[in-house]
Amino acid sequence: MSPIALLSLMFVPAASAVAVAAAPAKLARHIALVGTLFAIVVGLVALGDYDWSRPGAMQASGGFEWLPELGLRLSVGIDSIALLLIGLTLLLGPICVVASRTAITERVKTYYAWLLVLQAAMTGVFAARDLVLFYICFEFTLIPMFILISLYGSTNRKHAATKFFLYTFTGSIIALAGLLYVVWFNATKLLPTAFAGAGTWTLDIGVLTHAGASMSLSEQSWVLAAMMLGFGVKVPLFPVHTWLPLAHTEAPTAGSVILAGVLLKLGTYGIYRFVLPMTPAALVEHAHLIAVLAIIGIIYAGLICWVQRDVKKLVAYSSVSHLGFCVLGLVAVNGPGLSGSVLYMINHGLSTGALFLLIGMVYERYHTRDMDELGGLASKMPIWSTFMVFFVMASVGLPGLNGFVSEFLCLLGAFQSPSGLGREGLGATPGTLGPWFAGFAGTGMIVAAIYLLYMTGRVVFGQLKEPRGHHAGPLPTDLTVREIAVLSPIAVLCVLLGLYPKPVLDVVAEPVAAQAQWVWDHQPGATPAHAESHGVAAPNDEPPGEGE
Amino acid sequence: MKEKLPILLPEIILFGFTCAVMVLGVSKTLRIRQATASIAGFGLLIAGIVGSMTQGEVGAPLPGLIPFAKPAIAAVGLLVLLLMSGSVDRAIEGRIKSGAEAFDAIKTNRAEFYSFFLFSITGLMLCTSADDLIWLFLALELTSLPTYVMVTISTRGTASQEAGVKYFFLGALGAAIFLYGFALIYGSTGSTDLVAIRSAVDAAGAINPMLAIGLLLALVGVSFKIAAVPMHFYTADVYQGAAAPVSAMLAFVPKAAGFFAIILLLTTVGWTHGPGGHSLPEAVRAPLWVMAVLTMTVGNVLALLQSSTKRVLAYSSIAHSGYMLVGVIAGPGSRPGLAHNGIGAVLFYLLAYGLMNVGAFAVVASLERRDAAEPTEADDLDELRGLCSTRPLVGWTMVLCSLSLLGFPPALGFFAKVPLFTSGIGAGELPLVIILGLNSAIAAFYYLRLAALPLLEKADGPPPNLSPFVTRRIAGAISAACAVLVGIGANTLLKNARQAAAMPTEAANRARALAAGPDRQVSDDQASRASIQMSPD
Repeated sequence: MSPIALLSLMFVPAASAVAVAAAPAKLARHIALVGTLFAIVVGLVALGDYDWSRPGAMQASGGFEWLPELGLRLSVGIDSIALLLIGLTLLLGPICVVASRTAITERVKTYYAWLLVLQAAMTGVFAARDLVLFYICFEFTLIPMFILISLYGSTNRKHAATKFFLYTFTGSIIALAGLLYVVWFNATKLLPTAFAGAGTWTLDIGVLTHAGASMSLSEQSWVLAAMMLGFGVKVPLFPVHTWLPLAHTEAPTAGSVILAGVLLKLGTYGIYRFVLPMTPAALVEHAHLIAVLAIIGIIYAGLICWVQRDVKKLVAYSSVSHLGFCVLGLVAVNGPGLSGSVLYMINHGLSTGALFLLIGMVYERYHTRDMDELGGLASKMPIWSTFMVFFVMASVGLPGLNGFVSEFLCLLGAFQSPSGLGREGLGATPGTLGPWFAGFAGTGMIVAAIYLLYMTGRVVFGQLKEPRGHHAGPLPTDLTVREIAVLSPIAVLCVLLGLYPKPVLDVVAEPVAAQAQWVWDHQPGATPAHAESHGVAAPNDEPPGEGE
Repeated sequence: MKEKLPILLPEIILFGFTCAVMVLGVSKTLRIRQATASIAGFGLLIAGIVGSMTQGEVGAPLPGLIPFAKPAIAAVGLLVLLLMSGSVDRAIEGRIKSGAEAFDAIKTNRAEFYSFFLFSITGLMLCTSADDLIWLFLALELTSLPTYVMVTISTRGTASQEAGVKYFFLGALGAAIFLYGFALIYGSTGSTDLVAIRSAVDAAGAINPMLAIGLLLALVGVSFKIAAVPMHFYTADVYQGAAAPVSAMLAFVPKAAGFFAIILLLTTVGWTHGPGGHSLPEAVRAPLWVMAVLTMTVGNVLALLQSSTKRVLAYSSIAHSGYMLVGVIAGPGSRPGLAHNGIGAVLFYLLAYGLMNVGAFAVVASLERRDAAEPTEADDLDELRGLCSTRPLVGWTMVLCSLSLLGFPPALGFFAKVPLFTSGIGAGELPLVIILGLNSAIAAFYYLRLAALPLLEKADGPPPNLSPFVTRRIAGAISAACAVLVGIGANTLLKNARQAAAMPTEAANRARALAAGPDRQVSDDQASRASIQMSPD
């Protein structure tokens, strides 16, 4: 896999966006579909020479000089985790395009063009190996999403779009300051002999990972705070989550799908890629604080879901709750927690994305999402109801479907405490949290089951209720072939990942283990002997995901 | 002084063109009158090209400044000049053309307007060549004096006259303050030569109180030019009262002159103090720090409350000065490389700000209210609604320029802001950098509105008329293109900015002090006598 292939994964949607803007409006949706499908083809072809035996290494890495004066390079590279997330992004591309066919009838060119730009930017975030390139892509996702929400959203869309933009912009500019501090630290405070790339002005993420881990605990803590502000807003973590329900509720269906499917993962991916390896000591020191915020998010957002009448808002709040598990697994810093988190990023993208699609389909027919006006749709829309129940089950975490595996692993990771309690036989590295954290987070699963099943019970089963004077428009009562085609691939993946997650878990196991190892090796006073007392091998000098 | 002539060649060329414009502008022939703007542009072009080939004197306070700054000034100046077409004499030229009125040199303003514009640019270029307090003072005043007149005659409304008067009196106050500061600096070090002052400061080993007070007064006075707290009060009123092209000029020319002056003044104490030996003396750093924080915060917060596009841009221009002060405080840094060099960052930011800011003002200058008896600029925020669909070129200019001014990646403003961030961090000014970050976030509120109104809102009624002067829209389009493209390929410019900010070596300083020793003293005496005969304004 070459860096050119990775760059072309960004280039194809970007070029398609230009084509959409230039072509007549009639063709917009077709060009967008061809562009997103072509991106998948490029991805699959490039995947041909991906070396599966080294999933932890940065493959396809390389790049070009961009602004050497600032140290900026156009450099890319992916490990298996970035690979999975890019895969998710590519998969959701055509799904969003096809799903928008009937919902978007005005200003179609603008819509599809920005959708494609969004895909290019998201791919760039996962592929970037240069700090500022990462930041540019991370920030640039804001503009398309801002436009999608404020042009194609529902009534309160402008407020929602502005709030979304301002929250994320504020957070990420602080995160940038923190990350630039690491750059400066690497350039001025480290001797060139410390490791390759030390003592020079570089924005290479691999080098900076090394540099960050060499900072003192107090420096790491400040950088951690700055980064968590940026990535925490994106995740979103309590108490900076308030933009999300609003944005989700107002966004058009495809916007919600991408928001839940990929954009929120930029936050958790940022935590995985930057917070964990750059500030290992501070993270372990403060993991319980972040975990408490995550658990508050899980339970608090879950309780809010319970009282929602708007189905879309309910699913939006459930995202806050679900992403709490993801963060919990990340800050537990051990094999199960990290694997669970990475898997959760994929699973949540699939099942919540599908739920938003389903809600969008009902909304197109009834023009309402109010649970008081909708009920017993199973008799009217059997196919829709089947999918609905299926994805609700996946979201709740029914064993056998995808949500269960990742949720369980996250809780397992959280269960392992630093003292070693509950650690026996559960992996090589200790955890930062403990049974109490797992216990409280576990109640979130129960709450999730309550509100999701309660919602399903009202909307799908029971007595038929339809809003008065509704008209289904051009759409038939139940799902069309197009809509089934949109949902089916997601459903198949949910079953596959639920029944047989082993291939994916195997692929992420190596980078995740290296990541956890890295963090525990870089604790203050962690000598090889100390590390051995934690049951890990001597520290290696390669940051996780380094080396071709 | 003969050895200075090659350095001053761009200014001399500009002065020649200024005289030509002044004479030709009152010609009886319409075509010649109309050619004045083109002649002025041609002069700027030549001055810029010559400037890029001019080398500063070895041992000057900032020897590399000229080949970067003079072409940059000419480039932004050309853009502003494009925007200025039709600013004066619009009604009277119409009447002369139709024969309703005979040509009267007294009644037309074209000659004054364009020649004063060139005078002001000449002053700005002189600032970059300055190596002496007297010279710096004269250059600063040459930059500002013509702008007072330009503000006043830029429109026929009383608002312009009020703005002109306000601008003039506060400008005179500012000039008086910094001249007093200059006098104290002279008094405490015995020289007006910047490098000689530096030598005196180094020899004394400490900053004496009189020098500190002199520097502070000079900084406060010059803060009028850059529209920084505490001398920022005029900004919004003057920018609003003047015609938009003149406001665009005010946002760049005096600001750049002010920053050149501040940087040159601070080279007299140098960024060689503090615990690490790479910061300003605390007596200067602390007030500058407060000034930077107040300037960006006041500018951004007040910009939130405005309903006039020009006032928003005026307050944001205050905020941008605050950002640049961060680079000034950071100084040339402890290591090579632009990322550590706050002065280089300021120089690049000035150019970037000049390029992208013209576009925002060009939008206001290109739109005229429908139902006005006299041509009136449509500078209400509501008048920007839906411009991307009704007036696509103007609308997109606003969108791109305001996103770039916000510092949104990958626009020019972002690449300009990154070195400010990194140099601030490098100088250990972490709180200042965090405040800079938070201020950028506050700025997102109003820049996002400036971008969203044309792009996403629907127009209330019929869109504003387009100004008949197509060059204004061209200036805007060039500015928007710069905002998008220049940043992506900015490596050469960034490199030039870094080289421009290179501090002279110790050896060069000593050599110069020796060579210019006794001879210099005499000329200083003459200069100080000259300054006594001169009134501040």
